[in-house]
Amino acid sequence: MGRRFLPSAHQQVHGRQRALEQSPFGRQTGAMINLPIQTEPVRLAYLDLNSSPEQDVLVLSGDWVIGSVGAVDDQLANIARQGTKPLRVDPSGIARMDSAGAWMIARMKRDGERARRPVEIGASMPECQELLNQVLATLRPPLPIPRPVPGFIALLLGLGRYTISLGARISRMLSFFGLLLVTIASLISRPKHWRVTSMVFHMKAVGVDAVPIVGLMSFLIGVVLAYQGASQLQRFGAEVFTVNLIALSVLREIGILMTAILVAGRSGSAFTAAIGSMKLREEVDALRALGLNPVEVLVVPRALALLFTLPMLAVFAAIAGLLGGMIMCWSVLDISPVSFMVRLNEAVRINHFLVGIIKAPFFALAIATIGCFEGFEVEGSAESVGRLTTVSVVESIFVVIVLDAIFSIFFATINY
Amino acid sequence: MSIRVQSVSKTFGSFRALDNINLDLEPGKLVALLGPSGCGKTTLLRVIAGLEWPDQGRIIIDGRDTDAVHARERQVGFVFQHYALFRHMTVFENIAFGLRVKAKDERPSEADITARVRELLNLVQLDWQADRYPAQLSGGQRQRIALARALAVRPKVLLLDEPFGALDAQVRKELRKWLRQLHDELHITSIFVTHDQDEALEVADQIVLVNQGRVEQVGAVQDVYDHPATAFAYKFLGGANRFEGVINGGHLMVGNTPLKLEGLVPANGTRAEAFARPYQVTIANNITGAESAIPITIQRATIRGNMVRVDATHAQTPQQVYEVELTREQWRGSGQTCGQPAFLLVGSLRAFAIQ
Repeated sequence: MGRRFLPSAHQQVHGRQRALEQSPFGRQTGAMINLPIQTEPVRLAYLDLNSSPEQDVLVLSGDWVIGSVGAVDDQLANIARQGTKPLRVDPSGIARMDSAGAWMIARMKRDGERARRPVEIGASMPECQELLNQVLATLRPPLPIPRPVPGFIALLLGLGRYTISLGARISRMLSFFGLLLVTIASLISRPKHWRVTSMVFHMKAVGVDAVPIVGLMSFLIGVVLAYQGASQLQRFGAEVFTVNLIALSVLREIGILMTAILVAGRSGSAFTAAIGSMKLREEVDALRALGLNPVEVLVVPRALALLFTLPMLAVFAAIAGLLGGMIMCWSVLDISPVSFMVRLNEAVRINHFLVGIIKAPFFALAIATIGCFEGFEVEGSAESVGRLTTVSVVESIFVVIVLDAIFSIFFATINY
Repeated sequence: MSIRVQSVSKTFGSFRALDNINLDLEPGKLVALLGPSGCGKTTLLRVIAGLEWPDQGRIIIDGRDTDAVHARERQVGFVFQHYALFRHMTVFENIAFGLRVKAKDERPSEADITARVRELLNLVQLDWQADRYPAQLSGGQRQRIALARALAVRPKVLLLDEPFGALDAQVRKELRKWLRQLHDELHITSIFVTHDQDEALEVADQIVLVNQGRVEQVGAVQDVYDHPATAFAYKFLGGANRFEGVINGGHLMVGNTPLKLEGLVPANGTRAEAFARPYQVTIANNITGAESAIPITIQRATIRGNMVRVDATHAQTPQQVYEVELTREQWRGSGQTCGQPAFLLVGSLRAFAIQ
């Protein structure tokens, strides 16, 4: 009682089909198929299943190559999974085999054993045997399927994992910050190890090169504030207080905050990308192998450069912001520059300026620490540089705003 | 300088990268750390270099415990798989970098630095490339510059992490020979990591075979190849015919054929495996009785130069494949043709129990 499986016409391999000659035995002639690329015609893959009470015997013949096995894929998979009798596979009739064919035979063994069904693979032609052995040797016991976790618990699990990894990350970042401070402190007594050239280079990159964009942005912010302030205050006939509004908000908050955010996006990300790609290319290890401390060589010059230039940028931003406001007041409210200056002089005390500028070094250290830290977190691939650069920008902007909020509360409390 | 690794262990999370490693390397030798990928060989190299800290154990270079020594004074030269040259510096500056960053009192004068860099560029045969940037060099040239950079600080120990791994086959072959010559000139104690057994056999004086974080075998190259100490050593180094069976009365029963064993024989009834390299077995038409003979069917003979490689299968279980290497004379003398039954003659083998 033999059942014969022949691939049905629509299961044929791709390519034009010239003829499907079926001899009474169906196997020797097979179908001649013209594949566009292959010069040698690929014959079909045949399988013959003979069942007896003790066992099933599956006889394979024809070509078992990539161009032909696709047609018998489903049948073969079903035979292995269904039935409980021991299965004997006889591949001795196979004329040609490649790794795709060998894998499909090997897969029967795996699938059968997964279903607790003994599968025995017989010997094939010597040309194919080594290939089949190699492929059979790669079979591994299947991995246990993890028990599905209900949705709500999975949610909690994910939250817990995230919290723990976040905690670990924060503690790594804080210890990096500590390392940076200790390194800076240790450098004070070792002026020979100061890397002045590198620091000046970074001061130019993060400071001087950022002047145009910081200036333009602050100027426009001054314009926006003046315009918005004027349109509201005009209703009460108090448009002259627009000057106070501009002066206080630019000097105390907006000037430095916007500058820090811009620098975080511009330089923090550059730090991460530069250090990250150095780490990726083992240049950081190369420094260490030469006996150099990467924090000393890579991080300290960047951090100090930012520490020195961010306050200067903040002063410049404040001036540009006031200038924008002044021009807007002149053109919309007819407040001349001279009366703007007089009003400014009345409204502003030195402490408003100090409140703004005092925050700059803190923001600078935060941006430099996060930018460099994320650079050192890079591992494995170029993709991780891109990801961590984004993370670094988001984190440093977030931290800058949190710090700013803390400062606001602090200055409000001490009434400064 | 001698290098001694004392019971060094290291884990990454739950993965045991190094498992109680002990090594004693003689000065002036070129040693290959050989093993499959993920076996811990690169980790071991990085621990020796001080780029990674061991969880346990000590590294002693030239009689000094490296724990007590600052990385600056460890005097280790390291060559990376992907060169790790500093992109923004010229070739000249890259090589000079290690000298320029020394503390002022140890730093050579600018003239001395130039002289030293010139000397190294001559040594690596790239003196005409001094003003180029790494990006303008080919892979092989970059790796030679990386080597010059590592040598600039006159290291006591030179460590190379898969130095030829990223190069194509032709360049790799040339650089192997060149590295060997360079080592013969300089005699710096060197360790290089590789997963390529040919590279290890061709270049090194000594091989340290590493597997799953443990040292499998240490010894002179020829020694390790000829007398593998473990089943892994047999399988990894050189490839071999494998005979699997059950131990019975001091013999290994492969099918119905008893194979003679030597050395330590596992207990009766254990499953065991034994190995013989293709050139250690021969083919015969009939059994004289003395040897262990496995019935085979000859499948194919491939002639390369004076050697003939014969592929054969076991007569009863054709899944079992054997490989035999004969000279042309031996092959002709045996009078065998393909498809014919014959016997595989095997000498005394060492059996290893299968866990």
